[in-house]
Amino acid sequence: MSNRKPRNDGGRKAVLLRLVRMLFSFYPVLLPITLICILFNAIISSVPSVFMQNIIAAVEKSWQTGDWAGVSGQILGLVGILATFYVLSLAAGFVYTQLMAVITQGVLAKMREKMFNGMQDLPIKYFDTHNHGDVMSYYTNDIDTLRQMISQSIPQLIISAVTVITVLCIMLYFSIWLTLVVLLGVVAMTLVVKKIGGSSARYFIRQQQAIGRTEGFVEEMMNGQKVVKVFCHEEETKEAFDVINDSLFSDSEKANRYANMLMPILNNIGNVLYVVVALVGGILLLSHAPNISVSGLAFNISIVVPFLNMTKQFAGNISQVSNQLNSVIMGLAGTKRIFDLIDEEPEVDNGYVTLVNAREKRDGTLEECDERTNVWAWKHPHGDGTVTYTRLAGDVRMFDVDFGYEPGKTVLHDVSLYAKPGQKVAFVGSTGAGKTTITNLINRFYDIADGKIRYDGININKIHKSDLRRSLGMVLQDTNLFTGTVMDNIRYGRLEASDEECIAAAQLAGAHDFITRLPQGYDTPLSGNGASLSQGQRQLLSIARAAVADPPVMILDEATSSIDTRTEAIVQQGMDALMTGRTVFVIAHRLSTVQNSDAIMVLDHGRIIERGTHEDLLALKGTYYQLFTGALELD
Amino acid sequence: MIRTLAKSIREYKKPSLLAPIFVSGEVVLECIIPFIIANLVNEIKNGCSIKVLVQYGALLVLMAGLSLAFGALAGSACATASCGFARNLRKDMFYKIQGYSFENIDKFSVSSLVTRLTTDITNVQMAYMMIVRTAVRCPLMLVFSFVMGFIMGGKMAMIFLATIPILGIGLIIVIRKTMPVFRRVFKKYDALNSSIQENIRGMRVVKAYVREDYEKKKFNAAAENVKADFTKAERILAINNPLMQFCVYGVMVFVLSFGSYTVITSQGLALDVGQMSSLLTYSFQILMSLMMLSMVFVMITMATESAERIVEVLSEESTLQSPEHAITEIRDGSIDFNHVSFKYSKNAARMSLSNIDLHIRPGEIIGIIGGTGSSKSSLIQLIPRLYDATEGSVKVGGVDVREYDLTALRNQVAVVLQKNELFSGTIKENLRWGNKDATDTELEEACKLAQADEFIQQFPDKYDTYIEQGGSNVSGGQKQRLCIARALLKKPKILILDDSTSAVDTRTDALIRQAFRRFIPETTKIIIAQRIASVQDADRIVVMEGGSISAVGTHDELLKTSEIYREVYTSQNKAGDTDVQ
Repeated sequence: MSNRKPRNDGGRKAVLLRLVRMLFSFYPVLLPITLICILFNAIISSVPSVFMQNIIAAVEKSWQTGDWAGVSGQILGLVGILATFYVLSLAAGFVYTQLMAVITQGVLAKMREKMFNGMQDLPIKYFDTHNHGDVMSYYTNDIDTLRQMISQSIPQLIISAVTVITVLCIMLYFSIWLTLVVLLGVVAMTLVVKKIGGSSARYFIRQQQAIGRTEGFVEEMMNGQKVVKVFCHEEETKEAFDVINDSLFSDSEKANRYANMLMPILNNIGNVLYVVVALVGGILLLSHAPNISVSGLAFNISIVVPFLNMTKQFAGNISQVSNQLNSVIMGLAGTKRIFDLIDEEPEVDNGYVTLVNAREKRDGTLEECDERTNVWAWKHPHGDGTVTYTRLAGDVRMFDVDFGYEPGKTVLHDVSLYAKPGQKVAFVGSTGAGKTTITNLINRFYDIADGKIRYDGININKIHKSDLRRSLGMVLQDTNLFTGTVMDNIRYGRLEASDEECIAAAQLAGAHDFITRLPQGYDTPLSGNGASLSQGQRQLLSIARAAVADPPVMILDEATSSIDTRTEAIVQQGMDALMTGRTVFVIAHRLSTVQNSDAIMVLDHGRIIERGTHEDLLALKGTYYQLFTGALELD
Repeated sequence: MIRTLAKSIREYKKPSLLAPIFVSGEVVLECIIPFIIANLVNEIKNGCSIKVLVQYGALLVLMAGLSLAFGALAGSACATASCGFARNLRKDMFYKIQGYSFENIDKFSVSSLVTRLTTDITNVQMAYMMIVRTAVRCPLMLVFSFVMGFIMGGKMAMIFLATIPILGIGLIIVIRKTMPVFRRVFKKYDALNSSIQENIRGMRVVKAYVREDYEKKKFNAAAENVKADFTKAERILAINNPLMQFCVYGVMVFVLSFGSYTVITSQGLALDVGQMSSLLTYSFQILMSLMMLSMVFVMITMATESAERIVEVLSEESTLQSPEHAITEIRDGSIDFNHVSFKYSKNAARMSLSNIDLHIRPGEIIGIIGGTGSSKSSLIQLIPRLYDATEGSVKVGGVDVREYDLTALRNQVAVVLQKNELFSGTIKENLRWGNKDATDTELEEACKLAQADEFIQQFPDKYDTYIEQGGSNVSGGQKQRLCIARALLKKPKILILDDSTSAVDTRTDALIRQAFRRFIPETTKIIIAQRIASVQDADRIVVMEGGSISAVGTHDELLKTSEIYREVYTSQNKAGDTDVQ
């Protein structure tokens, strides 16, 4: 995913440009105002030193006279101008810091939303092929580095850059010779930044990697902590941890050491520079060398003294800039990752057949209507402008379907099957035989490589994906519940369902009993994927969730695997009720769960090797028969 | 809290102490340099000789060199101190957690332990770095600048005394206002992130129910909410900067106007020009160090929460420890539950196990069957002392488990947990968890017993096949068999399988049990299962119901006597239930 562009300066520049464009598009008015305030503030802050110098010069000229009245007008006038500048600078400073707070948080929120919204539209494949912890770190680590960069580094960089330029102009105004001396100092500072700052950045990146490794290790070990205990493997685990921890330490120590050393070094180069300027200035002064300057001023003490102050300011700002470089480099790396996520190709949907509410006309054909009728129809617009309506029935057929998750690795071969409305079709086979894969194709989590799947006679590639999925209910082996009440979780199946409908669905699924025994019944809050419930209870809830959605086709992928057989027998009634009148695809380990199916498909290595009813298959005396009698035979 | 954390500084005490010393040197020089520079400027103004200039220059370069040396040393010591402290903290926490009992782990939850070991430590490390660097710097700078200010400026320096309270009170108000908001918003932020996590994990459900837009709306509302709070806090915090600028500017204007007046009216007696300009310099320094202090303060407050979470882990005492003079020899594989009751936490209202009385002979095969939530797992977890019985006693080899050395006990009682975990590494490495000195032949033997050898041989790299994190590249049944092999390598006196063959097909399941019977007859075997077939041939079968034993007997006896057992049996065998893998 990240190998599209190699990490180099070009990439960084592109990321920065894109980020800037994005910031402007988020805040087309506020951002320019903020920038103007920052600029204003920066320019104004570098001006007062000139006035200050003038005031001191004025005082210097007249202090021996003791005549306050004579100079008070001039001095107070200058102080007045200075104060005005200060007030303006304060105002600008206040406005920009406030706006910056608003913008930073706004940008972060927008970025988060952009990432999250984009992520919702990504195909399932993305989530199957990416480590969830990695995806999470976009929202935590990378957003953090972005915040650091936007809220602190960028304003600081702008201010410093502007100050540097303004001061440079003023310096040129005073004396080109001295300016050259200062610029020499800047060259020295740049070299130091390149050397030390470069090492620091390199180690910071290594530190980030080391942190990642540590997190990975800690997470794996913490998750397996109980196994560690059972095998008394604590000492070995500690040893392994020490190795990783020590390498993190050495990288972060180096990164921080270089970063910490940068500032004192730059500051003192600044000090030395100051001395050099003083020396050169003094020598020039004493030797009465001719001055070259933009202003054409002659070389005298009133040039050297303010120049010294500016040297200090100049050097100080250069160190400020370099101090922010690390966080900019890290921020841009984070931003790039954020862009990578935003840029992921969303799930394509070229479907144009949609699901609509329908009403039967007198002649038996269907027509579209706006109100909910509980009759659904596929609205199929044709090339010639006509529209046909097909009743949603739940007839699913697969013709010669081939499929592979990766190109060249076919996991399903030539699968053909048909499920008429109301039929129950079961898939049996070992792990990896392709049972779940088939259901992944029906709801188009993945697209088939070859062959055809038709739903109510319509090629599913033509059906709008969300409408296709709305017409399919799914109960998966890994139940996923969301933070919210039990009721919220059931209602997830159909958002507009009333409380009564949700309760009825729970009753149907056999979940009502245990829910009413929960401390707050249907209002019991769940969190952490329903950690307070047993796996079996979670499965019952997810069955209720599917029941409330009331789709014509249901896919039950090991939906009852964690419910013990005795409870399952109790739930069976509900399950049967749930299944009547629907086309159902069942995947189950337990043969008892699938026995009453209209058709049982035995899968092996992606091929259907046997098909038929329970009795047919027993009579066939093939694989199914062996599976079925396996237990009896071995007893 | 600080005392607990400070214990982790250890060998980094030296850099932790050296850093402030170096910093002090740096600060002293930083304060003296402007003083000398002021003199230099005066000399230049008075038209001194080049010789004097060079002397001053040499002095200043020397001081800059010293300051650089101090600064670099301080920076380096500080990096070592803070990173070292973090390293020790991580190590201490990790070691501590290794000593935790199951009960301790349950209390914290795995994900919270991970955050504490990572993010929280990073926060504390940053704060520690700030403390080491600035704890000395700011006050020293403050005092020094004050003193210099008074020396140089005399009475004029009183202006500092007037400004500092304004700034101080302002900063305190800002911090007080922001902290509660920050605290609240960090909680919300955590909740936001966990909802993202939930969404990523549940993506199949989201997509299956076409809830993308619903999720977006829900998330955007939460994100906006977090944004509103964060903005509020940051806006208050943003007042810090202008506030400081205001004070600096105020002082400047005051010094420039009133100072000029004083200089001129007193004809330089009360205050001279040089003093006036150094007053300006020092006022700036004072306010800068105050500002830095306030930043440090905010940072420390923010890190406090992390520190508290770390200390919680460090000061948690393991609820299970080996006794003194522990017994290390386990006589045989007999197990006795004497009227055992158990609950997971002291506050739990309900007993998970009540009044269990069960006696198992060495070498016996015991099957345990029972519905979801009947506390089968709780029962067997008491045997290797993963938890302690609340009432009654559990004996292994005729001795109370609480008298054994934990390692010795657990080496003899091998449990294959319901939640099997393999670790990233080769199959061999994973297997050697059971016995790190096991030879390749021993590994193969154990795998043959667990019926794992066959599929391992089919992998291209055989026993050197790399297992991905969480064992994601082997099937559920294969994983279970590897876990059984790993447990067998311990050559335990007691072997417990907690629903460990649920994903293994019935034929293989039966082969495993046959192998157990033939090759490790003297090992006591306890098998928890959902399938009757898995326990049918056990010497005795225990039927559990709601935390107590409902019936014990052989398959045939139970079919006659236990209604529950019969029900389970019929539910699985009415139409001939079988599982396939």
